[in-house]
Amino acid sequence: MKWGMRTKKNTQKTFLYIIVILMVIFYVFPFYWAIKSSFTSDQYLFTKNITLLPQGFTFENYVKVFTERPFGLNILNSVIVAGATTIFSIIVGSFAAYAIARLKIPGKAALMMLILAVSMFPQVSILGGLFQLLRRMGLINTYLGLIIPYIALNLPLTTWILQNFFRELPKEIEESAYIDGCSKFETLWRIVLPLSAPGLVTTGLLTFIQAWNEFLFALTFMQTPEKYTVPVAIAMFTGKTFYEVPWGQLMAASVIVTMPLVILVLIFQNRIVQGLTAGSVKG
Amino acid sequence: MWLAFWLIIPTLVAIGITAFYPLGQTIYDSFFKWSLRPGFQREFVGLQNYINLFQDPRFLQALWNTIYFTFFSVLIEFLLGLATALVLNADFKLRGLVRAAVLIPWAIPTAVSSQMWKWMYNDQYGVISLMLYNLGILSEGTPILGTPGIAMSAIIAVDVWKTTPFVALLLLAGLQIIPNELYEAARIDGASMWKQFTSITLPVLRPTIGVTLIFRTLDALRVFDVVYIMTQGAVGTETLAVYNRSLLMDNIFSPRGLFGYGSALSVVIFLIIGVFTVIYMRSLNIKLD
Repeated sequence: MKWGMRTKKNTQKTFLYIIVILMVIFYVFPFYWAIKSSFTSDQYLFTKNITLLPQGFTFENYVKVFTERPFGLNILNSVIVAGATTIFSIIVGSFAAYAIARLKIPGKAALMMLILAVSMFPQVSILGGLFQLLRRMGLINTYLGLIIPYIALNLPLTTWILQNFFRELPKEIEESAYIDGCSKFETLWRIVLPLSAPGLVTTGLLTFIQAWNEFLFALTFMQTPEKYTVPVAIAMFTGKTFYEVPWGQLMAASVIVTMPLVILVLIFQNRIVQGLTAGSVKG
Repeated sequence: MWLAFWLIIPTLVAIGITAFYPLGQTIYDSFFKWSLRPGFQREFVGLQNYINLFQDPRFLQALWNTIYFTFFSVLIEFLLGLATALVLNADFKLRGLVRAAVLIPWAIPTAVSSQMWKWMYNDQYGVISLMLYNLGILSEGTPILGTPGIAMSAIIAVDVWKTTPFVALLLLAGLQIIPNELYEAARIDGASMWKQFTSITLPVLRPTIGVTLIFRTLDALRVFDVVYIMTQGAVGTETLAVYNRSLLMDNIFSPRGLFGYGSALSVVIFLIIGVFTVIYMRSLNIKLD
C-alpha cells in the first residue's frame, strides 16, 4: 500500500514536470527561434534543413541592422517617447490618484467611472479625430504628437493602480505629518510619494511597456522612417526590394528590442503581476 | 477640497483633450460626406453613412471576422490560460523561473511577435510550415498566411501565444486566494482531483473568470496590430479595426469624401465596445468611497 501511494505520487510528479516542460517550450520557442535565426547567416537561414542551433554563426545581422537602416534612431525615438510618457503619466496620475484615494471630492464615483471608461476607448475610434487635432496643432510626425495621446491613454490605468497603492498606506503617517505642519501637498510630495515607491515603479513599468509597444497611433502619426518608433520600424521592415525581406536582420532587430523587456520582466516579475492584477481584477 | 480639484484637473484636461474631444469630432464627422482634401465641401448626409455601412459587404465581412477571431482566441486563451495557471499554482522546482518564462510573450511588442511568427510561417523556409509539410498536415508549398481560413487560424495562434500568459496570471491571482485548508478537507472526505476542481476551484474562481473573459473580449474586439502585420487584412482576415483604419487613412484625402464614412465605422466600433465596457464595469463592482 505504502509503495503504491509512493509510485502514484511519483507518476503525478513526473506528469507535472512533463507538462511544465511542454508549457515552457510553447511559451519560449518562438523567442528562441528568433534568437537562433538572428545568429544564422543567410546561406544557412534560407534552407529547408531545420537545425536547433544556428549554423554559420554570425553577428552580421546585428551589425547590418544598425548600418543599413535608421534602427538606432528608431530605438532613440522609442526611448524618448516611452520615457516621457512614463514620467508625465506618473506625475499627473499620482496627483489624481491621491485626490481620489484620500481627499473628499463630490461625485467621486462618477469621476472614477469616467476616467476608467477612457481605458476602454477603442483606439481606432478616436484615430480620425485625433489625427485632425494633431494636424491642426502641427504635431504630426513629432514626438509630442505621440507623447500627448499616450499620456492620456495611460492615465486611467496609472490613476487606478496608484490609488489602490495609496489606499493601502497607513493613514497615521500622513496625519502626523499634517500635525507637524506639512501642508497636504507637501505631505503628498515628501511623505506619500516616497513611501509608495514600489507602486510608482510598478505603474511606471506597465506604462513604459505599453508606450514602448503601442502600434496604431505610432503607425499613423509618425510618417517618415527616421521618426518611426521601434514597433513601426519592425512592422515596416523591408529589404532592397519590397518582396525580399531580410529575415536574419529582422530577427536581430526583434531580439534587440525584446531583450530589455525580457530582462525587465525577469527582474520585476512579481511587481508586474501585482500591477496587472491590481489594474484589472481588484475591485 | 480645492487641493483635490487642482490635483485632479490635469488628468481630466489631458483625457478631455485627447480622448473625449476626438471622440466628439468623430461622431460629428460621421454625419457628413467629406475628407481632409483641401477645399472639399462638407456635405451633411444625416444617417446615410450608417445606412451605407450596414449594406457594405466588406463591413459585414469584417464584423464577422472580428466575431470569429474574438470567439476562438478568447476561448482558447481561456482554456490554455486556466491550464497554465493550474500548473503554476502547483508545487515544483524552479517555479519562479517558469513563471517568468511564461511572461515573456506578454512583454514582447505585438509588432515584434507578429514578425517572429511570420518568419516561422514563411512558406519556403519557415519552421512551422516545414513541420506541417513534413507531417503531411499541409501540402508542400501552401502559404499559411496566403490561404483563406488557414491565415485566420494562424493569426489566432499568434494572439493565443501572446495573450495566454496574461490570462494565466489573472487566473493565478484568483487561485492563490483559495485557502489550502479547503482542499485538505476535501481530500480527507475522499474527493477526487476532478471533484475538487469542479466543486472548489471553479466556483471560487468564477468572479475572476468573468472579469478575465470580459477584459479579453474587449481587447480582442479591437484587434489591429497582429492582423495588420500578418496579412494587412487579406484572404478573409480583415477585422473592424483594420477596415476602419484603411477607410480613414487610405482615403484621407479622397475626392469621394470617405473620411465621414470611416468615422461612422469608428462610432459603430465605439458602441460595440461601449456595451461590453458597461458589462465590465458592472461586474467589477467597483468600490469608490
